[in-house]
Amino acid sequence: MNLMHGFGVLADPMNIVYMFVGITLGVLIGVLPGLGGANGVAILLPLTFSMSPTSAIIMLSCIYWGALFGGAITSVLFNIPGEPWSVATTFDGHPMAQQGRAGEALTAAFTSSFFGAFLAVILITFLAPVIAGFALRFGPAEFFAVQLLTFCSFVGMGKESPFKVLTAMMLGFALAAVGLDTVTGQLRMTFGTVELLRGFDFLIAVIGLFGIGEILLTMEEGLAFKGKSARINPAVVLQTWKQLPKYWVTALRGSIVGCWMGITPGGATPASFMSYGLAKRFSRNGAKFGTGEIEGVVAPETAAHAAGTSALLPMLTLGIPGSPTAAVLLGGLLIWGLQPGPLLFVEQKEFVWGLIASMYLGNVVGLIVVLTTVPLFASILRIPFSIIAPIIIVICAVGAYTVHNAFMDIAVMLVFGVLGYVFKKLSYPLAPLVLALVLGDMAESSFRQAMLLSQGDLAIFWSNPLVGSIVTLALAMLFWPVISLAIGRLRGSPAAPVSVK
Amino acid sequence: MSQPNRNPNRNPDRNGESVVSVRTMEIVTAALFAIVAAVVMYDSSRVGAGWASDGPEAGYFPFYVGLIMFVSSGVILVTNLINRTPKAATFVERGQLKLVVSVLVPAIVFVALIWVLGIYLAAAIFIAFFMSWLGRYPVLKILPIAILIPLALFVMFEIWFLVPLPKGPVEAFLGY
Repeated sequence: MNLMHGFGVLADPMNIVYMFVGITLGVLIGVLPGLGGANGVAILLPLTFSMSPTSAIIMLSCIYWGALFGGAITSVLFNIPGEPWSVATTFDGHPMAQQGRAGEALTAAFTSSFFGAFLAVILITFLAPVIAGFALRFGPAEFFAVQLLTFCSFVGMGKESPFKVLTAMMLGFALAAVGLDTVTGQLRMTFGTVELLRGFDFLIAVIGLFGIGEILLTMEEGLAFKGKSARINPAVVLQTWKQLPKYWVTALRGSIVGCWMGITPGGATPASFMSYGLAKRFSRNGAKFGTGEIEGVVAPETAAHAAGTSALLPMLTLGIPGSPTAAVLLGGLLIWGLQPGPLLFVEQKEFVWGLIASMYLGNVVGLIVVLTTVPLFASILRIPFSIIAPIIIVICAVGAYTVHNAFMDIAVMLVFGVLGYVFKKLSYPLAPLVLALVLGDMAESSFRQAMLLSQGDLAIFWSNPLVGSIVTLALAMLFWPVISLAIGRLRGSPAAPVSVK
Repeated sequence: MSQPNRNPNRNPDRNGESVVSVRTMEIVTAALFAIVAAVVMYDSSRVGAGWASDGPEAGYFPFYVGLIMFVSSGVILVTNLINRTPKAATFVERGQLKLVVSVLVPAIVFVALIWVLGIYLAAAIFIAFFMSWLGRYPVLKILPIAILIPLALFVMFEIWFLVPLPKGPVEAFLGY
């Protein structure tokens, strides 16, 4: 079987070393403010250029798992979500730590993360080849339809104002269009400058938006690090593990919510909130949520991890990432000369199955690493912000420079940092901007090819049932805010809030 | 920023003085987006946003991107102009803005210094400055961190991963 072949790839001891290095770096990134999955992977991407693609993706995806695990540590111990998707973990995780049950909360968080991710990996193992096989028959119109669906679902499922989602997304597409048009050879939006010739690299944007922007936001809050100390010993772990099976319904529900939100690019953050909300409504202890219920840790963590993992499914099979971090991984694939999409499963079997096998092993390794190293990472967190902040800015600058060895990119990164700060404060979403910047060229070329086939007739998007239903679904998503408003009016109840503010 | 800032490890005393309201920022950003959208549309029509003999022209796709951006930012702009809620929420308070600027300005200077001194020396100066100005650390605590971090970067990038970073006169003097 293919998966067995994948595990064979992992047998190379160097790959196991990269896995441990990746997980440790990932947890570090997840713990430090200003560094997260997306920009952490972006900064470390250039370091892997000299590795083989398989080793590189194993290390990068392990950084990703590590970052997912790491977010929980800061949430529980410091009430500071290291990652946006661990915000919901603070609700019950931190109260538990205040009651002196930090070890219990962390064990529950890590174990549920592992559970969620594991279910998502199983889903990927069985679903990915099917979707890839199906997508092999796709033409340009179908590809554009799927991309359209991705972007429209941001409008339909995002909690931000649909107009803000659209504006942010279009800014991403516009930035992606800057530079040389490969089809006609014309220069677009360079305004006669040499610097703009290269266009805007999304890696620079990610480092600025998520890294520098986050530092500015953290600074504004004037962070006070007052953490609870954590000691995890095997007795606490075993005791917590004995309790956890009780919450299998919550864990399963969280994983399903997470998988769904990860594949449709809702992302890990809304998934964690949704799962927490559902658990609160359906649990017998719902009323006690927020006071330190272990179930309130299980719910968001399973969902966040399941979403983070399943976001890789559309990236591998269709070349469409489900999250900004998946987008960075996709950027890595392109740099190593691998074209993500269905053909990857035919032409790069070793790579794909090596990656999927590393997801299984990476999560096991991750669980072991985090359970054993919590005190170490918690002590890193006690380093004051006035030491951590300049170091992170330096690391971001290094990361931005190494992408193209261009000094200008460091300055561009700072501009993106300010943009990220303003975006966050005015609740413009960052994910659609990043994904549009990544997928802009691909979406444009598939749209152009489709238009060439039909000689400019938009009817090609309804030319067969498959493409027609995807496009119709996409348009339904796009107009979902309007539709839900109309349904609300019809029922005579106050309409669903579609705030523009 | 003549006055040294307070220690960021403490909560800043929130003097609730608003520098700019959310509504003003909404209007400003939406207007900026509309201008960017207009530029995109203008440039796309310059390179041709129509249909050439061999298919879509270079500006075909970006033109509509600009158009959608123009319309959606226009909606945000107009709704915020119309919406005159008496209680304007604060976008940033004076104390907060001071803290943000106190990170941003040194960061800009740092980036400029990379240009002149190379990244290692600039990083050392930046970290030392940041720690003494914002953290008020004694020199004995600053020096090891400001020296060891750039040194670690040097070992990791130049020696271990063979990725060259921008270097300045000092590195050249030392033979790199």
